[in-house]
Parts: sequence; C-alpha cells; structure tokens
Amino acid sequence: MALLEVENLQTHFRTPDGINRAVDGLSFSVEAGETVAIVGESGCGKSVTSMSILRLIPEPPGKIAGSIRFNGRDLLKMSDKEMRAVRGNEISMIFQEPMTSLNPVLTVGRQIGETLRLHQGMSAAQAEDRAVEMLKLVGIPEPQRRVKEYPHQLSGGMRQRVMIAIALACNPKLLIADEPTTALDVTIQAQILDLMRDLKRTVGAAIVIITHDLGVVAEVAERVIVMYAGRKVEEAAVGKLFGSPRHPYTQGLLGSMPKLGSSLTGDETRLQEIPGLVPSLKKKLEGCVFASRCPHTTDLCRKVAPALEEKAPGHIAACHYAIKEAVAA
Amino acid sequence: MSTPILEVNDLKKHFPIRAGFFGGTTGYVYAVDGVSFSIAKGETLSLVGESGCGKSTVGKAILRLFDITAGQVVLDGQRIDDMPYGTLRPMRRRMQVVFQDPFSSLNPRMRVRDLLAEPIRNFGLAKDSADLERRVGDLMDRVRLPRDAVNRWPHEFSGGQRQRICIARALAAEPDLIICDEAVSALDVSVKAQIVNLLQDLQKELGLAMLFISHDLAIVEHMTHRVAVMYLGKIVEVAPKRQLFAAPKHPYTEALLSAVPVPEPGAARERIILKGDVPSPIKPPKGCRFHTRCPYAFDRCRQDEPQLRQTEDGHFAACHLHDLPAADNPLAGARGAAVIAHH
Repeated sequence: MALLEVENLQTHFRTPDGINRAVDGLSFSVEAGETVAIVGESGCGKSVTSMSILRLIPEPPGKIAGSIRFNGRDLLKMSDKEMRAVRGNEISMIFQEPMTSLNPVLTVGRQIGETLRLHQGMSAAQAEDRAVEMLKLVGIPEPQRRVKEYPHQLSGGMRQRVMIAIALACNPKLLIADEPTTALDVTIQAQILDLMRDLKRTVGAAIVIITHDLGVVAEVAERVIVMYAGRKVEEAAVGKLFGSPRHPYTQGLLGSMPKLGSSLTGDETRLQEIPGLVPSLKKKLEGCVFASRCPHTTDLCRKVAPALEEKAPGHIAACHYAIKEAVAA
Repeated sequence: MSTPILEVNDLKKHFPIRAGFFGGTTGYVYAVDGVSFSIAKGETLSLVGESGCGKSTVGKAILRLFDITAGQVVLDGQRIDDMPYGTLRPMRRRMQVVFQDPFSSLNPRMRVRDLLAEPIRNFGLAKDSADLERRVGDLMDRVRLPRDAVNRWPHEFSGGQRQRICIARALAAEPDLIICDEAVSALDVSVKAQIVNLLQDLQKELGLAMLFISHDLAIVEHMTHRVAVMYLGKIVEVAPKRQLFAAPKHPYTEALLSAVPVPEPGAARERIILKGDVPSPIKPPKGCRFHTRCPYAFDRCRQDEPQLRQTEDGHFAACHLHDLPAADNPLAGARGAAVIAHH
C-alpha cells in the first residue's frame, strides 16, 4: 500500500460566472520515502492539489470530491479534529513565501515549538531544546541565538530554513513543498535544494514537491507528474520524462526552456513556442484539454478525451498519438 | 568599434538612510558603487546578479528616474546625467523601458489604442491623426497582436499579451536602446519563450541596442551578446557570452552557473554551494566584496579590493586569483563545462 493515494480528486470552486474546475479527476500515489514532483504552469491546479491534500481549501466556495487515502485512512472523511492531528504532524507543508508564512510577532523558537507542544505534548523547555536541534539540523549558524530571534531578523534563505525546521519538527511521513525555492535567489536556492536532498537521507520522509521549474524537478525528484488544465497529462520516472517525453505538452515545455550552456554546444536554436493560451476551466472541456494548442491535433483529439495509458513500463501519458511501446502484461 | 550608443562611467548611486525624528542621515545604502560599461549599437548586454546587487538601480539610473550620486551616463555621445530636464526630453525618447510586471505597468483605464498613442503624441512623432492610426496599427503587427484588439482594455489580456503591449509601447517612441528590467521573469515557461523570441526578432528587425537585466542565466545566455555580472553594487566580470559561459573568470560567476538547476536528471556536474547570504550593501565587506562567501579567498582578498582587469581579449574580471601563477589559479581553465555539465 502506498503512503498517499489520491483517487479521482476533484476540487471545484463556485464563482459568480460558473464552476471553476481547478482540479478535475486527478489520481496519483506516493510511496513512503519517495520524492514526487508535480509540475505545470500557473493555473494548472498543482497548488490546489496540495491544499486539497491537507484540506486547506475553504468550503464553500471550494468543494473537494474523490478520495485521499493517507496510510489507508481517507483524509476527506476525517473530522476536523482528526484532521488537525494530521496536519503538521504526519503531513506537513512548506509554502513558497517564507516572508508571509511566518508569524512576525513570535520568535522563531516559539513557532518551531508550537507544533511540538501541540502534537507531542512537550513542555515549553523541551520544545525549545528541540527547536535549537532543528535549527542546527537545517544548517542555521548559532542556533542558540537564532532561536530567540524574530522572522524579520533573518534573511530570506534562513526564513525558508526555519519553515523547513517547523515542517520537520514532528518527523512527518509526508512533506509537501509548494514552490519552496521560487522566491529565492539561485545561490540560496542551491543551498535549500541541497538541504532538502540531505534531509531526505537523514529524515526519510516522502516529499511531494510542487514547482513550475523543470530544472528543480530534475535536481530533486524521482518521479514526475505533469499537470495541465487541472489534469494529469503525463507521469514517469524523472529520467524517462526528460529523456523521452511522450505528451506534446511536456515536449513543448522542455522545448520552450533555454538550456544553460547552449552557447558552448552550439545548439542555440530558436525557442519552441506553445501557441495560444490555457483553456478556461469554467467551461466543460470536450476532447483533449491540450487540443487547442497542440501541433498534432486531429478531429479525434477535439472530440474524444484521451485516457491515461501506460505508453512504456511506468510511463503514463494522456495522448491518442503518443507512441506506445510493448508493455509487459 | 563604432561609438557606443550607451556609455556608463563609474556610476554610483548611494541611497541615504534617514532615521529618527528629524530624519537625519545615519548612513548610506551603497546600491551601485562604481559601475562602468558600454553598449554598442544593435548589441545586447545583459546585467545579471541576485536580488539586491544593484542591477535594477543601474537601469533606473540610466533612464534618470533619479539623479545619480557620481559618475557619467553618456547616450550617443551626450552626457545625460546632468542634462537639464528641458533638453533631456528628446533624449528620453531614445531610451525606453519594459518592466517586469505587465499587470502594474499599464494604466487600467486606458484602451490599448491610447496606451500606444500616448508616447507617439508625447514626442510628436505622428504627422496627423491618420499617421497616428497607421503607427498604432503597425505596432500591433510588430508585437503580433491582432489589430482589432486596440479597442480593448488591459484587463482583457493575459500576462504574455500585456507584456507584448508594454513592448509595443516602448517601441512607439522609436528608441535606439531598450532596457528590459526582468521583462520575462514573471511569465510562465511557454509564454516566456514567446516573448524571448519576439524580443530577439525585434532586435534584429530594428537594430535596437538592449540592456537586458535578469537573474535567469539560461535566458540571458540565449538572448545576449555580452554579459556583465554584478555583486553588491559592482561589476565583477564582463565578457562576451561564449567566453563567460565556457570559462568564467570570477568565482562568483562560477558559483552562479553551478547553482542554476539544469533540466537534465543525473547530470554529472561540479557543485559549488556558496555559504551564507549576500552581505548588506549598507556595510559592504572590506577588500573584495565577495570574500565572505568565496571558496578560494586568501589573505589579500580580505584587504585589497580587486579592480576590473582584462584577463583575455574582451574578458574582464575583478579577482586577485589572476595574479597568482596559473598552477595556483583554480579559474585558469575552462571551468564552464564542469559546472554546467553539458554532454
């Protein structure tokens, strides 16, 4: 049994001009200790997916359907009280903005200690000791001093380290990181990615990383899910996805990225463009969601939505025309 | 080399820090502290660096969005940094800017037609109203937006389309130089590619010079002719693109290249992870400003500030390592391939 099994997740929002199907029939699973990346452009539903897993979507206007089984228990059927015991304890989350996700009027130590006192019943003194330990773990120098400081006294990179310390304080089994390095500079991003790789080895939590940056995906993920317009369009092991992408959208995304070092190898080709725009999620989409922008669209694509099919062992794509290799039965 | 369209000599911009009840100056933010470069006609120079390095301040100082503390800005042979505002106006037409956020840089109460007509009217470029209309239509074609969209409002467009409008507005004044301040950073990957291609096409068609300010090294490498790397208010390295990416001559450039995640899983590359954060520009470190994070720093770096010097043809770097014998200089070889890892 996988650690997390999401089945036919549908997160819809009621808006004045119709229902916005932000996530529409998403299924995936995460094994214990695995790192899975969810990639896609803005509005593809990747962040809504992560918020849905932790049930952080306000209902109404939101509505979550389907099932999210964590360790065999359906999170969507839990009471609010049961859910609170899961959040920050068994599943925790790192958000993009380290500036706004910390409380500015509480010390860093107090914020790390909060989860420990709440979930593990530690005393204030124990929690502070553990907070110092956590700060040391995430590589903050002089943790004894820093633990008494407020968020504004720390740099962006250090604040993100504090966020990671809070998330890992209770030894969660699953860590959801929503664009954890997007707001950071490249050299600081390299530090944080390095830290996440290290912590994965020492702590052993499964990680779901949500990002739009294919470079970050290649650096940290083992398996990748590509989302487009609220659906999964492709899923594969990281090497296969970058080596032989099957879905035209994934191919387009990879082609539209300039490669570092292009001037050295001499392949300074024109960037590939994906024409057009993401379709509105407020209308019922007929046929393939990518049909309006795909270079290979046929009548079949406009009429019939392609099912997610295994195109090669462990490589799933939703496209009528993606080449299919013999899959061992 | 022909006369450059833009020359910047020893540009400095120090912002005063005011504190206390009477607002006395208690110190300065040394945002830009002695920056020199030039851009030839039709050339793209990229200014790269991390947040707070002063790259945007350089752009704004050139546009004279504020007065500079010291130095010179020379546009096509004329100093514009101390020019009176009356004579500055026609010079302003010749340099235009595209900002990062296309959502806040267009007036939401103006139709696209008026947004594009404004700079044309301002600088008196159109002969009559028919000419104005023709120019607006041409601009829409140039940035590949449908002509009939001129009657629509900014909110009806997506981020990428709005950035096209911003570019059209910059082109409306028929400039010689365009400053792109993180012009593609806020866009999604697929839209980014569209705008990057558009900018490259326009540059070729119109022979524009461009100052491309960005933190994204992969885009920079794709777009530019030359690159200037900034750190804490100073340029630490300038070189033609290929030289800089093949053989970076400053440890900071090398670390930046090594830090960019590449979309190639399992790429074998040498990783240089810088320790700590960028120091405050209020109290920049003594000696080389990078010595607090530099993996190769030695005693001299903590005392002496290195000057920007030519290490090979057209390649300038500010680093003491190049005074050492080649055998002791970790940056002597072509390090680019090792840290980028291209197969």
